[in-house]
Amino acid sequence: MKNHENPNTQGSGPAGKSLLRQALISAFPRTAPVLTGYIFLGIAFGILLASKGYGVLWALGMSVTVFAGSLQFVGAGLLAGGFHPLQAALITLMVNARHIFYGLSLLESFHGLRKTKFYMIFALTDETFSLLCTPPPAHVDKNLFRLCVAILDHLYWITGSVIGSLMGRALPFNPRGIDFVMTALFTVIFLEQWRTRRGRRPALLGIAAAALCLFVFGSRWFLIPAMALIFTVLAAAWLSGRKRHPAVQKDVA
Amino acid sequence: MTSLQAVILIALMSVCTFLTRALPFILFPAARKIPPFVVWLGNALPFAIIAMLVVYCLKDVSLKASPHGLPELISIAAVVLLYLWKRSPLLAIAGGTVLHMFLAQAVF
Repeated sequence: MKNHENPNTQGSGPAGKSLLRQALISAFPRTAPVLTGYIFLGIAFGILLASKGYGVLWALGMSVTVFAGSLQFVGAGLLAGGFHPLQAALITLMVNARHIFYGLSLLESFHGLRKTKFYMIFALTDETFSLLCTPPPAHVDKNLFRLCVAILDHLYWITGSVIGSLMGRALPFNPRGIDFVMTALFTVIFLEQWRTRRGRRPALLGIAAAALCLFVFGSRWFLIPAMALIFTVLAAAWLSGRKRHPAVQKDVA
Repeated sequence: MTSLQAVILIALMSVCTFLTRALPFILFPAARKIPPFVVWLGNALPFAIIAMLVVYCLKDVSLKASPHGLPELISIAAVVLLYLWKRSPLLAIAGGTVLHMFLAQAVF
């Protein structure tokens, strides 16, 4: 996909405003599934964070500045534990390492961006990425459309976490067991990927490598060796695949 | 933990998250061509990573101590069945989580 839009259309002014409205109107229906999902998951996050003793301002601040669903659930646990900055940084890099590969497939799409590029990269969550994979409608400014998708998703997430945080305080609500929402989310993404068939071998590799490393290294430090093992096996698969079928490199494992 | 320490941890999470999202754009400025291995890896890795994250979520579940991971096993089975039945990600996530909260609070 190439971008031939004039970057100036990102600017303000009367023409820019009507373009923005048009982009917003066509972006909103596309984001509806994420609206539901982020409000629900955001509420779960807000409740979880409140249960660790961090109120609404913390939920707001985290959702505005971090904006990474699964990591924020892990982060709530980190905030409840001791002060281990290196561990927090490493876990963030590990949990979000998959985002590197989202960026790789959007290099071309984001090429034409100017002022909004920083925000678009910042806001590249799993859900926003999946919406950006579908081409924008023909009649709107592509870059403005993508920007609206990212901003709307961000707002849903912020709103959900604030609502959840307030609920966690106001209701006599026992949050024990709500951490499972993250397990359920990844299980569902796993199932959706499994249905596409083409990634089944990497998926099995992911489970096997993680389970093996969990057994060998223990729950605290298994993520890094597991990622290294996955990378090594995939690299070996690519090398052997290239030897056998030099022309076919697009297939996955 | 003090509030300042919590703010530092959140700032680290924010910066490191941004780094993972920005890395490809830093490594491969538009002019340079992306190596085929990286393209291939970009296709394969998301599948492996999500699978790894499922295991990551269950890392602190003990199979030896009671309840032997039963609440998690039952709830994951519920997520899978709900998803296969209705094909609705949200229903599966909501149903599985509510069931897990019920099992963790009232049963086990």
